[in-house]
Amino acid sequence: MRLRHQFIAAIHALRANTVRSLLTILGIVIGITAIMLVMAVGRGAQDLILDQVRGFGAETIIIEPGREPKGPSDFVEVFTDSLKERDLAALADAARVPGVTDVVPLVAQVTTAAFGNETYRVQLRGAGPAILEVLRLTLASGVPLTEDDVRRRAAVAIIGDDVREQLFGQQDPIGQRIRMKNVSFRVVGVLERKGESGIVPVDHMVLVPYSTAQEYLLGITHVHAILVRAVSEQVVPRVKRDVEITLRELHRISDPEKDDFHVMTQVDIVQRIGIISTILTVLLTSIAAISLVVGGIGIMNIMLVAVAERTREIGLRKALGARRRDILGQFLFESVTLTAVGGIMGVAIGASLAFLAAVIFRATVSPNWAFTFPISAVVLGVGVSGVLGVVFGLAPARKAAAMSPMEALRNE
Amino acid sequence: MALIEVDHLQKTYGTDDAQTPALRGVSFQIAAGEFVAIMGPSGSGKSTLLHILGFLDRPTGGSYRFDGRHADSFSDDELAQLRNQTMGFVFQAFNLLPRTTVLENVCLPLRYSQLPEREWRSRAERALTRVGLGHRLHHTPAQLSGGEQQRAAIARALVLDPKVLFADEPTGNLDSVSGRAVMLLLRELHAEQGHTIILITHETATAEHAERVLAFRDGRLERDERLAQSRRADQFTK
Ligand SMILES: Nc1ncnc2c1ncn2[C@@H]1O[C@H](COP(=O)(O)OP(=O)(O)OP(=O)(O)O)[C@@H](O)[C@H]1O
Ligand SMILES: [Mg+2]
Repeated sequence: MRLRHQFIAAIHALRANTVRSLLTILGIVIGITAIMLVMAVGRGAQDLILDQVRGFGAETIIIEPGREPKGPSDFVEVFTDSLKERDLAALADAARVPGVTDVVPLVAQVTTAAFGNETYRVQLRGAGPAILEVLRLTLASGVPLTEDDVRRRAAVAIIGDDVREQLFGQQDPIGQRIRMKNVSFRVVGVLERKGESGIVPVDHMVLVPYSTAQEYLLGITHVHAILVRAVSEQVVPRVKRDVEITLRELHRISDPEKDDFHVMTQVDIVQRIGIISTILTVLLTSIAAISLVVGGIGIMNIMLVAVAERTREIGLRKALGARRRDILGQFLFESVTLTAVGGIMGVAIGASLAFLAAVIFRATVSPNWAFTFPISAVVLGVGVSGVLGVVFGLAPARKAAAMSPMEALRNE
Repeated sequence: MALIEVDHLQKTYGTDDAQTPALRGVSFQIAAGEFVAIMGPSGSGKSTLLHILGFLDRPTGGSYRFDGRHADSFSDDELAQLRNQTMGFVFQAFNLLPRTTVLENVCLPLRYSQLPEREWRSRAERALTRVGLGHRLHHTPAQLSGGEQQRAAIARALVLDPKVLFADEPTGNLDSVSGRAVMLLLRELHAEQGHTIILITHETATAEHAERVLAFRDGRLERDERLAQSRRADQFTK
């Protein structure tokens, strides 16, 4: 029988039991949806990692307080106060850690900045003067922070371009005063607009001397992170080792297992995100595999029911001249149509969810999270579901094809 | 040469320990163009015989030659092709596909034939017009009366111009009026186109439309009788 007629007949047979057909393909839909999510979100995470690599110099290492997070309980330690002023001095000492050009302490908070009646949620960063070089930022106007500003705890600020636009509009912000937590800061510089690139939210940022932020805004004496820039990418592993030795000495730690800080290079960051995305991929792929197998068994079950229900029809078709392979083809085509419809639905739902995830991740993880939906995912989704239709439809179809026409016709 | 030749044909159902002999050695011949009625009490093996003659089942003993060739010599696929091209079947229960138009139902054998698709519709329409259903092409079986459904089934059986038409109690589910109409149609087909028709029936009145009656009892041919023209049902000549 011709392909087109097989297809029309299959649609016809499935439409006769629309609800049953839909329930049957649910497992396939869920499985394919999960695969689509893995491919789309995994791809998004990959792109983001690449983006970070681009936005952050490979010669910069980051020191954070607390042990390196290896499990959920370790994240609590991120909030320890182990990194202090004296560590900064030691790290800047070329005798202890040679090959370092800049040591930049960092404190961070989300807060509200106000100018006149305008207010705006900003990413407050307290840092040292070298922050501009380390993050590769340039000023559109004004002057950078100075060592003197840090020493004097000066209330001066450099603002990102979005902050400037929201608070000042067309006005020149240089020399104006903005308020954060009832402290008045004089704007001394405006950052060049970066647009959507890098992990650092440059355009939403307000940069102030870290000493000022510690004292007047946060009320702390420790720092949230220390950025150390090495002279070149080649010396990064050695600098990392020296940093660890220095900090352990200062913190009187003999067992590296008991570190109250951790050092991350760009390679480490990429690896860490890689591990997270691998875990996610394995998890979602298992869900996909399980629901595809369960879905496939459901398909097999419903096709066996269909064959039993339509025994007379099979007998009739055979009496009218259908060969074994005609009946085999008919039922195989039906199960493949069933799973392919499930696959197409899974692809569509997966694409929608991936888009939704991209919107959410953009708001929570990074503004640069991109929505990608590779065409290979569509091909894979529909292909896998089609193969499932063949695999799980084969036994019922063979059963139908093997029926004796006379026995089938006698069936009541 | 006879179209159908059976010699000591046997059919036993079941396994070794529970055997049901349905045909216990039957021999007869039917020539092309004959109109034969098969009669006999329930369980006498009529349907069993028809299934074997129509290649829907294989005998367990004896021989069956169709058009000069031994039934044993055909593969399953060849049998399917022979059913498609040289045989038409009409069943007591009509066996039309539900939710499918009459036209589509009549097209079903064409789908399994070599005939090009563009000829399907005209052939199906011609067959339906022939049985008086030219105005019911797009009705579904549920929208037709029993008599009309059986006529649609006859159109389906005729659509590929078979050599022989098998009918197992075609009037069994019909009232006497539509039953008679169906029988008149079969008789017309026989008279005008010379179709070979082999028909099972319980009723003498129905059998009297045929030219010859094979009477069975307990799996054996009890009587093989040619009906004189005068004895045949006269409704046709009226
Ligand atoms: N598939 C089968 N398995 C076992 N026994 C069967 C099978 N088909 C028929 N028989 C038996 O074979 C015998 C003949 O059956 P058959 O259907 O040929 O009778 P019939 O003459 O057509 O009867 P009826 O007039 O009631 O249709 C019966 O005893 C029946 O029980
Ligand atoms: Mg019978």
